[in-house]
Parts: sequence; structure tokens; C-alpha cells
Amino acid sequence: MSRTLAEKVWEAHVVRHGSGAEPDLLYIDLHLLHEVTSPQAFDGLRLAGRALRRPDLTIATEDHNVPTIGIDLPIADPVSRTQVDTLRRNCAEFGVRLHPMGDVEQGIVHVVGPQLGLTQPGMTVVCGDSHTSTHGAFGALAFGIGTSEVEHVMATQTLPLRPFKTMAITIDGTLRPGVTAKDVILAVIAKIGTGGGQGYVLEYRGTALAGLSMEARMTICNMSIEAGARAGMIAPDETTFEYVKGRPHAPTGADWDAAVEHWKTLRTDDDAVFDAEVFVDADELTPFVTWGTNPGQGLPLSASVPDPEAIGDDNERVAAEKALAYMGLEPGTPLRDIRVDTVFLGSCTNGRIEDLRAAADVLRGQRVASGVRMLVVPGSMRVRAQAESEGLHEVFLAAGAEWRQAGCSMCLGMNPDQLAPGERSASTSNRNFEGRQGKGGRTHLVSPLVAAATAVRGTLSSPEDLISAHA
Amino acid sequence: MDAFTTHTGVGVPLRRSNVDTDQIIPAVYLKRVTRSGFEDGLFAAWRNDEQFVLNQEPFRAGSVLVAGPDFGTGSSREHAVWALMDYGFRVVLSSRFADIFRGNSGKQGLLAAQLSQSDVELLWKLLENEPGTEVAVDLAAKTVRAKEFTAPFEIDDYTRWRLLEGLDDIALTLRHADEIGEFESRRKSWLPTTDPVPAS
Repeated sequence: MSRTLAEKVWEAHVVRHGSGAEPDLLYIDLHLLHEVTSPQAFDGLRLAGRALRRPDLTIATEDHNVPTIGIDLPIADPVSRTQVDTLRRNCAEFGVRLHPMGDVEQGIVHVVGPQLGLTQPGMTVVCGDSHTSTHGAFGALAFGIGTSEVEHVMATQTLPLRPFKTMAITIDGTLRPGVTAKDVILAVIAKIGTGGGQGYVLEYRGTALAGLSMEARMTICNMSIEAGARAGMIAPDETTFEYVKGRPHAPTGADWDAAVEHWKTLRTDDDAVFDAEVFVDADELTPFVTWGTNPGQGLPLSASVPDPEAIGDDNERVAAEKALAYMGLEPGTPLRDIRVDTVFLGSCTNGRIEDLRAAADVLRGQRVASGVRMLVVPGSMRVRAQAESEGLHEVFLAAGAEWRQAGCSMCLGMNPDQLAPGERSASTSNRNFEGRQGKGGRTHLVSPLVAAATAVRGTLSSPEDLISAHA
Repeated sequence: MDAFTTHTGVGVPLRRSNVDTDQIIPAVYLKRVTRSGFEDGLFAAWRNDEQFVLNQEPFRAGSVLVAGPDFGTGSSREHAVWALMDYGFRVVLSSRFADIFRGNSGKQGLLAAQLSQSDVELLWKLLENEPGTEVAVDLAAKTVRAKEFTAPFEIDDYTRWRLLEGLDDIALTLRHADEIGEFESRRKSWLPTTDPVPAS
């Protein structure tokens, strides 16, 4: 029978099929841990006297709570420190490999897995973090889970799950210069809505995907959850194999050949049928930014703040009114006129080397506008080292941006990097929820290129605006 | 987990769609390593507003939350479920739940029951017109009642059975430990482990 990519990976991991309403039991190949969603799960194991079944398929890193400056000092916030210390104790007790703050392999969990070569095509990957969908860029079935499920995977290396439905997101055409993977996914979310993907695994396909790097593919899959989908996937190809090859945990020798042979079968059969299909024309896409308080409230940068009165659906109109009140925006204001206080470049969405290179290209020879602060936070210590070897940090520092250590940083209000109440940001992260970047903070989601151009001009901008300003 | 059969308590109308888990409990409250005491973080930003529904008597003592569509979107934090339960909620009614939130609820014994949006609207009006109205939820019959209002709700059969029986997922899975071991013996040899690789 013809099957989709997601169905193939699912089938290959079924330990036992459920009967009737009972779910399938799915084997998990890789379990990623961090300090926030694991302490209660470890506690649960201890209370029940259960062992961690496969420490050799488990790895932990510290990312959500860690400061991105002064990392040689103890964490100042005692509650954050306790959480990080708890992870260290738990990993030592249960024999889990941990990359702590300051370690050369430390970083955001979704940057660390791929970069170590632990994320490979066809695997099942879970983590107590909704952005686990990132790993789907390799053709893995990867999704976020709650703490009870974290404990379940620790104890059994499996999860009881009912199959997801499948949705094809076909993106055909060629992206214009200056249009990035971030613009693609923001446009997709605006199109299908924050609930549009609920119950589905999304498979991104089409001619536009072939030309995208692994970093770009990870950006797209990362935000699948913002459309409500548990997972997003992209069939592996030569770009994928090339990325994995030679990484510390990649197969070698005859194993490599066997793996690649298997990976090449990981594609949706030509006559397979998806439960839903969405089409996006890559040629039409332009830089995209959000104006509201959920990631579906986005528009092309050339547009203006929408008028809630013009929205037909009652719930959406009320949501738009509340969003504009929170964001402090007036209907009809051109998005390009919106002035920001802070620019954040980083996160599991856009904290990889390619993102830093793209932003540095815009910032070279430019200055961050006065009154604007820009934080550049690499997604991992490896990304940081790579950027420094290419001299990117000098570009950021010369432009007046701050060059930080690795972590989740200003993507979420859990560490010292936060917006002040009322402060407005252009952020390459994934969520513009109320208070996400700090209580009262106002977030516009943007690509790394838009972030860099916005930092220079002080208002939401694309790199094109810098060129026309010079002409 | 305690078994869930029926629950009756004060209904709370939350007229908002897309209530993401960052709103249910902001990240700053996620730093605890314990499993209890999350009630202070519930809707923390909104509770600063005197007009917010949970700051009004008699909704303060509510235990059945009636919310707009797409409840529980965003972050996977199970703390959202803990915060609702620690505050005293036992049931959330909405026309659409985010997948992870619904899953987390089922693991903890919080009933996430799906109601049609038109029934949610009726219930909102009833609860706003007569604050303090009790809502009765019957999981076996899959019905919601409040005064003269009655409506069916949806929940998947497996979660319903587990809630009714109060069963622990891990214990259920460990009954199949042999099959897990057998599956492991068939896994491809080249799949990675996290054991440190010596630098070459």
C-alpha cells in the first residue's frame, strides 16, 4: 500500500498495534532532556522505584534558564540555579550524558541534537519541548511531549500514541532573494491558522524545498507547532546526507552505506494520499512579520496593521482587537513605520550559523540605530565558535550589537534576557504570545535578514530598505 | 491518578480564543522542581486585572472552565495542567484543544471535554447571566448540564476509559515489556546512541 513519509516512519517504530480505541505503542530512538520539563519526571521514576530504561538513547543540555553573559559565575537567580542543579544531580544519578553551561557542546537542545549527528533520517525523536518538531527537517518523526510523557519515555523508551493525520504543504517555485525559510513558515501559519495543523503531521514538499539548506529546513519544521501540528517533516535528500556525514554520531563505513540506502526509501510514495493538502507559491512570498499576539497574526512587511472591524469571524475579530490593544498598535499603520527597542537574533528557530551569517552580511559596515539594543545569541557553543572563526562576532560588535553565549535567551522569559514592560522587539524567535519575552513585552516575529535591517533602521525593515536609503 | 466519573462545580466563562500555555502559566513560574503549588501562576498576567473573570465572585471558586477555541496552544509545558488543577479546576470545556495540552490533561486527570462552539456560546451566556451557576459533567454519559442546558461532549474513548478507571499509563505499558525488548533486538545496528564518541 502507498504510504506517506510520516506513515513509513510510524510503522517502522510500532512495538505493538493497539486494538480498538487503544493506541499504538511507539518506540522512541532519541530522548532529549533539558532542565525545565524533566525534574518532575525524574522524581516520578524515583517515587515508583523505576529505572531509566535507555540512558544510552538519552541526552541532556542546559538551555532555558542559563544566562548568556557571565556564565563563569553561578546563576544569580536562586530558583533557576536550583533547576539547573537538579538536572545535574538527576543526570548523575541516572547516568545521563549532560552538556552543562559552559561546555563546548552546550546549547539549545534542538541545535545540539542535529549538530552532534544524533538526529538522523527516519528516527523518532521526542523532548519535553514543543519545538522538537525542528528535527523533522531530517525526515525524522519528532514531536514535543509533556512531563508525564517524559517520565513514560524514561521508564519504557516508548509512548502510547494514536496515529496522526497527514497534511502536505507543497511549496513550489523559487524564493526571491531576501525571502527566507522564516518568511515561508510565517506565511504558512498565517494561511492555515494556529489551529490549522491540529492532529496532523505536516510534510513540507515541493520544488522550493530542494534548494534549502538543513538550517533553513530546520527553521520551517521548528515552527510546525505554531500551526498546531505536533510535527513537521521533510523527506531526506543529498543535502540531508551531506549534513549528517562526518558528524560525531553519524554512521561510518559499511554502516553509513546501509543507512543511506535505508534513508533513500524515506519519501512519500507517488500515489500516497494525504488527509489534507495546502499549496504555497514560493515566487509570491515576500518578507513576512507578525503584528499580533499569536504566530498566525502575520502579514507581508509591505502591509499595514489590519483593522479588526474588517474581520468577519467573531472570535478572530475579538482576538485581533485584544492583540492590537496589547501591542499598542493602530489599524492602518504601515508595518514599516513600527519602531522597535530591541532586536533579538537567536533561538532554536534562527540561532544557527547560517542565520548569523545572513544577519552579519546585512550588518557589515552598518550601525545599530541609536536607542536600539541588539542581542546576538548563538544557538550553541559550537555555533558560537564557528561564527568567531569566521569573524562574524566582529561584525556584530562593530555594528554595536551584543555578542552572547549560547542559550534560549530572549525567546522566553525564563532567564535574565527579557523585555521590559511595554518594550517592543523584532525577534527571530517563534512566539509572539503576550508576555513571552518578558511581562508586558511586545514581540514581532521576523527573519534574521529583517532583524538585522530593523536593527539598523530602528523600524521594521528589510535589507532592501537599506539599499534604497543609500541610493 | 484519581479516577474521574462526575464533577459538579461553578462554571467560569473565559471569553478568549487561542489561550496559549504561556497565558495559562508564564515561563517564570516553570522554574520549580516540585509537582505542586502552581496555582499562583495560573493566568498570572490576566489576574493582575481586577476585571478578569477569576477576580470576580463567585467565579473565584470555579472548577469548570469554559474557554474559547484553540485552548492550550503553544508550549508543551505540563505545568499548564498542574496550574489549572492546583487552582481547583477539574474540567475544561472548549470547542478545540491543542494536541499536547489535551494529552497532558489526560495524563493528570483534568477532563478536557470538547463541546461545539455554539454550545460554548450558550454556556457563556448562561454563566454570565447567572454567575455562580454550577455545571455538572458526567464522563460516563459524556454530557454537560447547567440548569436547563444540556449538551453532549466529545472525548476519545481511550482517554475516557483511563480517566474512568484512574489508570497509570506507565504501568499499562510495562505490561508489554517483553515486546519492547523484542523490538529493541530488531533495531538497526547503525542507529546512534548518546554514548560519548572519542574525539578522532
